[in-house]
Order: sequence, then structure tokens, then C-alpha cells
Amino acid sequence: MTMLATTALKGPHVDFAALSPLIALLGGAIVVLMVGLLGPRRLRELFVPVLALVALGASIGLTIWRWNTPESVISGALRVDRLSLTLNLALAAGGIATVLLAWRSRAVREAAHGELYAMLLTTIGGMALLAAAQNTIAVFLGLELLSIPLYVMCASEMRRERSLESGLKYLIVGSVGSATLLYGLALIYGATGATDFSGIANAISNDGMASNAMVLSGIALCVAGLAFKSSVAPFHQWTPDVYEGAPTPITAFMAVATKVASLGVLLRLFDVAFIGAQSSWGPALATLATITILVGNVGALGQSSLKRMLAYSSIAQAGYILAGVVVSTALGAQATVFYLAVYVFMNKAAFAVIVVRERETNLGDSVHALAGLGARAPWLAWPMTICMLGLAGIPGTVGFIGKFQLIHALVSGNYTWLAIVLVVGSMISLGYYLPVIAAMWMRPAPSPAKAGAPGAIPAIAGGSQDLDDDDNASDDGSDGDGEENASGRWPEVAFVAVLSGATTIFFGIVPQPLFDLVHGVGSALGLM
Amino acid sequence: MPALSILIWLPLACGLLGALAARRNERIPGIVALLGCTGALGLAIAYLIQYGPGSSGLKDVTDVVWISELGIHYKLGLSGLNVALVGLTALLFFAAILASNLRSWERPRLFYFHMMLAESAVLGAFLAQDLALFVAFFDLMLIPFYFLIGGWGTGPDRVKATIKLVIYTLVGSLLMLAAAIATGVLAGSQHGQHITFVLSALQGLPLSRGSQEWIFLFFAAAFLVKMPAFPLHGWMPDGYRAMPIEVLMVFSGVLSKVGAYGFLAIVLPLFPQASAHFQTLMLVIALLSILYGSAVAFTQTDARLIAGYSSVAQLGFITFGIFALDPQGAQGALLQMVNHGLVVAPIFFIIALLAARSGGSEDIRDMGGIALRAPVLAVAFLIVALATLAMPGSANFVGEFLILLGVFKAKLALAIIAFAGVVAASVYALRLFIRSMHNRVGSGVRSREMTLTDGAVLVPVLAVIVLLAFYPQGLLKRSEASVGASVSAAHIALTEPPQTLATAEEP
Repeated sequence: MTMLATTALKGPHVDFAALSPLIALLGGAIVVLMVGLLGPRRLRELFVPVLALVALGASIGLTIWRWNTPESVISGALRVDRLSLTLNLALAAGGIATVLLAWRSRAVREAAHGELYAMLLTTIGGMALLAAAQNTIAVFLGLELLSIPLYVMCASEMRRERSLESGLKYLIVGSVGSATLLYGLALIYGATGATDFSGIANAISNDGMASNAMVLSGIALCVAGLAFKSSVAPFHQWTPDVYEGAPTPITAFMAVATKVASLGVLLRLFDVAFIGAQSSWGPALATLATITILVGNVGALGQSSLKRMLAYSSIAQAGYILAGVVVSTALGAQATVFYLAVYVFMNKAAFAVIVVRERETNLGDSVHALAGLGARAPWLAWPMTICMLGLAGIPGTVGFIGKFQLIHALVSGNYTWLAIVLVVGSMISLGYYLPVIAAMWMRPAPSPAKAGAPGAIPAIAGGSQDLDDDDNASDDGSDGDGEENASGRWPEVAFVAVLSGATTIFFGIVPQPLFDLVHGVGSALGLM
Repeated sequence: MPALSILIWLPLACGLLGALAARRNERIPGIVALLGCTGALGLAIAYLIQYGPGSSGLKDVTDVVWISELGIHYKLGLSGLNVALVGLTALLFFAAILASNLRSWERPRLFYFHMMLAESAVLGAFLAQDLALFVAFFDLMLIPFYFLIGGWGTGPDRVKATIKLVIYTLVGSLLMLAAAIATGVLAGSQHGQHITFVLSALQGLPLSRGSQEWIFLFFAAAFLVKMPAFPLHGWMPDGYRAMPIEVLMVFSGVLSKVGAYGFLAIVLPLFPQASAHFQTLMLVIALLSILYGSAVAFTQTDARLIAGYSSVAQLGFITFGIFALDPQGAQGALLQMVNHGLVVAPIFFIIALLAARSGGSEDIRDMGGIALRAPVLAVAFLIVALATLAMPGSANFVGEFLILLGVFKAKLALAIIAFAGVVAASVYALRLFIRSMHNRVGSGVRSREMTLTDGAVLVPVLAVIVLLAFYPQGLLKRSEASVGASVSAAHIALTEPPQTLATAEEP
């Protein structure tokens, strides 16, 4: 009896070495929370972000350590392979950039230092879990672990109404998405009797369940649930509002990391577990990708708020990435992961510039805040320019290679029409990326008198101290002063912008390392 | 000979150097850029000498794998098709940078950086021997112009004009990107080979007729927008009006040629059956461009737009020659590309000189009587005007003659209508000359002779015009073999019944 009880209760073997990148994140979250409670304010402001960076750095280091040893852990619930490790790298890089952007932001101060960073690390942990998930339970666990801290992070500027609104909206929509996904997973379990991906895949392809109504409705609900998370149209409506309202560093994080995690799990779920029913979900997902590309690109046209514009742009980009999932070939998977990785750098620079401009002007994230930035702060204007060109897919930037790779995968997978949709989407996208560049280089900086001109937020009496400082700087010096001003006051943010811009150009000219990085992804999925 | 990479990247390196080095002196970037252009011009001349008359095939090939997963090579090579155009590019950029040095610019470091980036990208597009690399350079060359027009252009609507221009051309480019990738993928899969974009390899892997046709249309859209050709020229008037004249010299002189070059170097060899299939369509578009461009050119009064619309007509002639699908027509087209670049750049420069003498207005109604006090300028303008209207004895005459000869063999009726264009050219070219140089002296006109520095910009270009007028064979003999090779497949597709080709193609 006792023997039986102990064997029954004996948990699965846990390989802590393989899990170490995840443990570093979650362990880091606990340490950061503790440190945030203890020290005096000054120490807290220094140690908490540094420790968060250490945790993320450790996670990257451990990821690289596990690079060549793919294995399944916890009885096959998770699989630490090239796909999850590559996504880990992208997530941790996004996390590091977010810590730097948030370092001296208002959100962090209001939400007690430790807590925001702890939540950040937890949500990255959830994303890493999601990227490695091999069964539906782990998928749901990861999804909730990533979502719940994010709801709070959106609302972390507690004294700003829009931030609270954004958190609440995200909470409601996100819960609906999670519930839908859970329904879908339950239906699939009901039909196939399996929770692990290989079991589901087996049941679908070998037991003739590819056209089973329960399986298909399960898949449909999964699509809808994940579409909410990755803001795929027509489940995208929350995105612009939430992105606009959330504190900018958090928006930067959501735009990048949520997308990486949720599209990563789409890749595993659809290209592994549901691959047998590809003929059913393929056309549906291709249609969704088409709608998403068009809705995102058209929606972004004419937005004067940069965050809203980037929100729509991220919807469009989600459509491009989804197209890579649809082809369900090794090439498609590689292109998807390649684009996800590329997408991280390109967005970070844009958000970094918005963070600086929000702090320096009272124009918020309006495109007017960028006017004349080229002459004043070239160290910000160049990264922003490069990233806009990159997002538009101009050669010389890594965005071009990413799109090239996606189109290549689509054409080889007999989805030429989807490639054309992608191209049409990119054409429309020029209509909103180029005006941002025009604002920086071709329009004069707003004078103090004009700062309250139509389209701009009127200056609050006595509240335009930042703006006045700026104008003095540009009046009494050449453009060199403006640049030192921007990077001198917010060196960590300027660092993120410059590094992202430089990376975008570097990999645009020498893309081979990135190709090597994603090379093993297709085989990790078992796609041929 | 040094590698072609040096020729391509030397301008950009000088642009960067000028941008980074010059903090104190605002003139240094211009001088560094001029040095870069001179270096590039020297190299281009050396290549022209080396690729002597009678040469054939690719020379000075640089071939390194750029992205192995996608089969993209960094492959450059000199052929009879591009050697003269490389020379033209180097010469016109030299003239434009020299002209830019004559006045001071706001933010000169950025201005010259963008100009030099543009030169590098254009040279890259001409020399690329890999389809993906060509597409990359083709798109890249637009970006510096976006900044140049938007940042240094004139007029209140310059930002709108530049966005319109960029969107027009990038829409074409993106279609071409999709088509180029499809070419690589389909050529690989239809022949069971790994994906490749190297032009010479693609030529050995002909596509099926159906794929060729839609891919052809996408490429044609990109190239016709760039030229611009008749229904796709909507960006041209606003764009031309907004551009600084120095930028316009290279934009009109060189960029439009990349489109025409693309037809000759990429479309005809890779999609010969589609080229034959769409021959009539392309000839009609070319003919409409000739007629429309000429008709609008002699109703406009803005000197820039006269030159702009005349370019539409001239580029129409070039397309006409290319789609004669006949070695003679294509030879004429290639010669005409060089000729047009050589005349249009000085015309724009002269328009700037005229505007400076007529109170800043570029309207020909405000000009007139300028020749009286500026005889040398008048002579220079006359040379250019006579070359534009393809006076017998000029190289333009040879070019147009060969083009029409080629089309006569293919489509007699269309060639006869195209003759109207030849006549029209003399109308608009002489109208521009007479209205500005002679006629009653305009009210705001204060004429004076051009300076030595203005002469320094014009003389090298005029010298080449005169040289080519005496000895067009120098160019024709260099391109003969390459043009023949480029056109032959399409020529065969045109003359042989398509059924046999279709059956022969099935494996």
C-alpha cells in the first residue's frame, strides 16, 4: 500500500538544467520583489533594475548554454529545443530593452519599483513557458502566467486615467480570449483524449479525426483565443486603445514580447498538433492573415498618435507572421521565427524614441513631437528612421530580408496569392511609415508658440518646462547640442534606440548569423 | 583592375567620411563628395577603356555568397549592357556634385551623404548580376532621393510630392520584389534545383510560359513607373517641380535609365516568351508615352516640366526600341539611354541658369532674349537642344534611327506613328530654346554670361555629347555582343511559332 502510494505520488523527473533559463526568470522575479521591499529608496532604484537585468542576462546565458541539447522535460510537458530557445533569446532581449526604457519612467515609480520588474520577469517567464509548451495544459498555464501580470502592468501608471482604462480593457478582452482558448483546448481533449501535442497530432492524422466536428470547433476556438492575444483581426479591436493607454515602456514590451510568445505558440500548436487538419484550418488562417494585413495597414494610415500607429502596424506585422505559420513548412517556420526576431529590434527603437519625446515635450506620443528631430537629436532620429524603413521592408535593413524570407516561404509553399497580399500590405504601409520620417527630417521643429497649434496637446500653464529647455538647447547651439542633450539625459533609452537601429542595419547587411540562429527551428517542429 | 565593389562603395565611403569628418567647415563634405565622384568617374572611364569594342560576356566578376539559405549572391559584373551606363552615372553624378558645390546647402553633411548613397545604389543596380541584389539596390536608390527631395526641395508641397513619388515607385518595386522571389523559387522548383537568383543561372532555368507572364507584368510595372511611362507617370510633375535642380540632374538623367536597363538586362533574357507575348502591349504603351509626352511638352510653359515630359517621350522611344525585340532596336535603345542622360542633365542645369537670369522664374513666358548677353550659354544650350531633337549628325539621331529600324521590322504601323514623335521632339526642343534664348526680352530678365564654374559643370557633359556624335560606334561596338545575347531568346520566341516552344519546354 505505502509502496503504491509513493509511486503514485512520485512526480515526474525534472531536469533542472534544461529548465534553467526559465528558472532564472522566475527566480529573478522573486529576488527582485524582495529587494524592492527592503532597501531604502535610492538603493531600490539602483538595485531593482540591475537585478532584473542580471536575471534576464542569466536567462540569455543559460539559453545559449542549452543551445545544442534539445530535450523534453517534465514528462514531455515542455520541450526545450531550438524554437523555444530562439524565442527565449528574443524575449529576453525585449525584456532587457523594456527594463532600460522603464528605468526612470513614471510607471515604475508609481508602481513601487520591485513589483513592476517582478511582474515583468514573471510575464517573460510565462512567455518562455508558452514557447516551450508541448501540451495543452502547459499552453494555458503559460498564457495565464503571461497575461495576468500584463493586465497589471498596463494599469501601472495609477494616476493616469488612460492607463487604468487600458489595463481594464486588456483584462476584459484578455480574459475572453483565455476563456475561448480554454474551451477550444477542452473540446480537443474531449475529441482526441490527449493533452500532449504528439497525441493530438496522432489522433487527428491517424484516427481520421481531421474532419471531426468537435476537433474542428476546438481548433476554431483555439484560433480565436490566440488571435485575441496576438491581435489578429477581427479580434484586434482592443489593441490600439490598450497600446495607447499603457505606459510607453510597457507598450513597447507588449508590442514585441506578447507577439513573439503568442505567435510562437501558434506555430507549435498548428504546425505540430493540428498539422493533420491543415487542409481545414489552412484556408481559414490564410483568410485571417489577409484580413489582418489589410486591417492593420489601413487602420494605421492617418493616425497622428505614434502609439496607435505602431499598434496598427503591429497588427499588420502579426498578419505577416501569421502568413508564415499558414504555409506550415520548415521554411515557413524559419521565416516566422526570423521575422519575429527581427520585429523585436525594429519596434524597440521606435518605442525608445517615443519614450524620450514623451519625457521631453508635452506633445505626448503625437507625430508632431518628432518634428525637426533630425536636426536636433540625430542619435534618436537615425534609429527611428532606420526602424521605420525596416518595418516598411526597405533593402539595407533587416526588415527587407525578413520580408524576402517570408515571401520566399509563401511562394515555395504554393501560397503565392498570400505573398501578393503581403506585398500589397507593405505598399499601404509606406503611407504611414514615410510621413514619420518626413516629420523628423523635413518639418521644422515646433516653436514654443506653435506647440499649442491644432493637432497638438495644448501646453499646460507652467507645465512646459521640458519643452522650454529643449528650445533653449536648440537655440544656443548647433545640432550637436541637441543630440548630447537627448542622449545625455536619457542615456539608457538612447542606448536602446541606437543599438536597435544598428542591429537593424547590421543584420540587413550581414544576415547570415540570424539565418544560422533560426536554422534549427523547422527541424525542431518536425516539419520537412 | 580593382574590384567593382570599389567603384560602387567609393562614393558612399566618401559621403560617410564627409559627414563624419566635417564638424567645423561646411564646405568639406562637398569637396570630399566631389573627390569621391571624381574617383568613381576615373574608375568608370578605366572600365570603359578596358571593356573595349568587340568585348563580350561578363568581365571583372565579383561573386560571393551573400545569403546561402536564399541562394542570393553578391555578384557584380561588367557587361556590354551596363558599361556605358556606369560611365553615364559616374559622369552625371560628377556634374551634379560639382554643380551642388557651387552653392551652399543647409545641413551639407547630410545632403552630400544622401547624394553619395544614391550614386552607390545606382551603380550597384547597374552592376548587380544577381536578381535579388538588383532588387535590393533598385529599392535602396529611392531612399536617398526621398530625403533629398523632402529635405532640400522647393515649394510648399515638397513633402507631399516626395511621399507621392516614393509610394508610386516603391509600389512598383514591391511588386517586382514578389515577382523576383517567385522567379527564383519557381525556376528552382520547375527544374528541381536549389533556389538561386544569379542571373546567369536563371537564364539556364527558363520558367513555364504561364509563370513568365504574370512575373513579366510585375517587373514591367516597376520599370515603367521608374521611367516613367505614360499611364504611370503621375508622380513626375510634382516630383520634378519639388526637386532641387542638382538632384533632378541625376534623378532624371540616371534613375530612369535603371528601369530601361532592367528591361534589357533582366526581363528580356529571363522572360523571353512573355516579352514576345506582351510585345504589342509594351509597344503601344511606349507609343502612347511618346505621343503624350511630346504633346504635353509643347503645351507646358514651366521649363522643368517641358524637360520632364520630353523625358517621358524619350523614355518611350527607348522602351519602343527594347520591345522591337530585335538586336538593332535594342542597340538603339541602349545608345539612346546614354544620349538621353547626357542631354537631360545639362538641360536641367541650364534651366537653373536661365531661372537665375529671369528673376527666379522657371516659366518660359518670363524668359526670352537671354542669348543676347550670354552667347556661350546660348551655344551650350543649342548643342543640347539639337541633340535632344535628334539632329542628323548627333548620336541621338543614330539612336532613334536604330530604334525605328528595329520596330519597322517588327510592327510597321506603330513605327510610322512613332515618327510623329521625332517631329514633335524638334517642336518642343526648339520652342524651349527659342522662347528662352531669343524672342522679346522678358520683363524680369537680367541676362549675363555663364561663369567659368558653370562651364566646368557643362563642358565635360557637352564634350561627351560631341564625342558620341562623331563616334557612336565606340559605344555600339562595346554593347553589340551583350545586346545580341540579351535579345536573342526573345527574338527567337517572337519569330518561331509558340506551339513548338511550349512543347519543347515540357520536360
